[in-house]
Amino acid sequence: MAAPHIQLDHVTYRYSPEAPPAVRDFTLHIARGEFVALLGHNGSGKSTVAKLINGLYQPSEGTVLLSGMDTADAQYTWDIRRRAGMVFQNPDNQIVGTRVEDDVAFGMENIGVPADEMPGRIAQALAAVNMTAFADRAPHLLSGGQKQRVAIAGILAMQPEALILDEATAMLDPSGRRDVLETVRHLNEEQGITVVWITHFMEEAVPAGRVVVMHGGELAMDGTPREVFSQVDRIRSYRLDVPPMTRLAADLAGRGIGINPNVLSIDDMLEEVVRLAHHC
Amino acid sequence: MLRDITLGQYYPIDSPIHRLDPRAKILLTVGFIVAVFLVGSLPGYIPIVLFLVLVVRLSRLPVNMMLRSLKPLRILLVFTFVLNMFFGTGERELFRLGFIVVKEDGLMNAVRFSARLIFLVVGSSVLTLTTAPVTLTDGLERLASPLKRIGFPAHEMAMMMTIALRFIPTLTEEADKIMKAQSARGADFSTGNLKARAKAMIPLLVPLFVSAFRRAGDLAMAMEARCYHGGEGRTRLHVLRYRRGDAVAFGAMALLIAVVVLQGRLQ
Repeated sequence: MAAPHIQLDHVTYRYSPEAPPAVRDFTLHIARGEFVALLGHNGSGKSTVAKLINGLYQPSEGTVLLSGMDTADAQYTWDIRRRAGMVFQNPDNQIVGTRVEDDVAFGMENIGVPADEMPGRIAQALAAVNMTAFADRAPHLLSGGQKQRVAIAGILAMQPEALILDEATAMLDPSGRRDVLETVRHLNEEQGITVVWITHFMEEAVPAGRVVVMHGGELAMDGTPREVFSQVDRIRSYRLDVPPMTRLAADLAGRGIGINPNVLSIDDMLEEVVRLAHHC
Repeated sequence: MLRDITLGQYYPIDSPIHRLDPRAKILLTVGFIVAVFLVGSLPGYIPIVLFLVLVVRLSRLPVNMMLRSLKPLRILLVFTFVLNMFFGTGERELFRLGFIVVKEDGLMNAVRFSARLIFLVVGSSVLTLTTAPVTLTDGLERLASPLKRIGFPAHEMAMMMTIALRFIPTLTEEADKIMKAQSARGADFSTGNLKARAKAMIPLLVPLFVSAFRRAGDLAMAMEARCYHGGEGRTRLHVLRYRRGDAVAFGAMALLIAVVVLQGRLQ
């Protein structure tokens, strides 16, 4: 088996030496091209894990490797950050340029991409997030979802291998959330970019290939969405909820209806209902 | 109410002046200021006026835009004119009204200094009207970059200016929101004397500052995540290149200065 793309081994992180660890003995291996949803209640340490992956934070104990490069080794810092792009929660506070095009160029300028290569890469990146028409707009006039897609384009232009989205949809309206999730899924499927999707919206974890739940700085659950969300009581004990359709199925099953509680999406639910209807 | 604060006065149209390299425009503005100061007599302003008219025509800026840039100056202009007029030291008296004496050289000085002020302001507002603020910042960075060797932080200054330009609309919007929120709770920003109104600004400024600092922290993290590590090894999307138009403009400026100097010699 190939070496993991993102590899955290027994990582502990403290914000200050006296503080209790925000992340405790955390081990997680992510393969190239995976789409991992990282879930957890506030303060579970999921954002800290995100910042450990691209070296914004360095582990107090343990090691973090990206494509085999140790984030604690200063010679790899910029290479790691180019390869693992990060989208943050607040769309306003991560856009530097005064025009969309200038902002997409910002990362490339930092890593020294030659000027004549930039326009082509900007056009490609904006096309990939479906924002081509906005190239010369001012960012403050865009919607939240559009701003996040610009932020993603800025990372794509740097030709990354992994995309870490730290609650990138938390401040967006439902349609903006859907757009951003769709864009990222597309990039994962078409370009094979590894995705770490951090969220507290359970329904956004449904399309992921793998769901990781954190609680109190530790790894609590790890598996496919079906495996994780079928354990409704355990999920609730971590102060999280299951996706709405799973909750409905669990409630129905609790009332003695013979429904399969492994329902995740509306499509699953529809299938189940049709199956049940045939039985009647 | 805060939304109509426009930043700078950039007038976005296309013209030969708009297309000039920002570095050229900054240097030409400096050249123009020098030319204005070199003028020693009233007729010396004729080439200056001709040059300005030519530039404004080429820039396709509406004339009332240019005149508007003089508006904040009107009090200073009146002062300059009146003070110079009354404090002539020459021999010839033009008229006398009680204790007020207006002498010939005083009047001449009044006209000269007021004209100088007008030309300086109009000339430099051509720069700000035809150059987008970010482009201007870019030009300044490039012009100041030789000073990096003696430790002048040219890149950092330009980056700060760019970020400030980027965040002004965001913070304006936020200030608007806070104002509305405070007004909804009975805050009053628009009545009372100066002291009362200044005091009313405190509940606006405190949350605005807190949020600005939070944004700065977030932005720093986001910039680092996108590999920002200062100006070293950085490339630029927009490469500035002097073109033929810039050469023509430099030639025209050299000519203007030469004419002004010659005229001074001939008198």
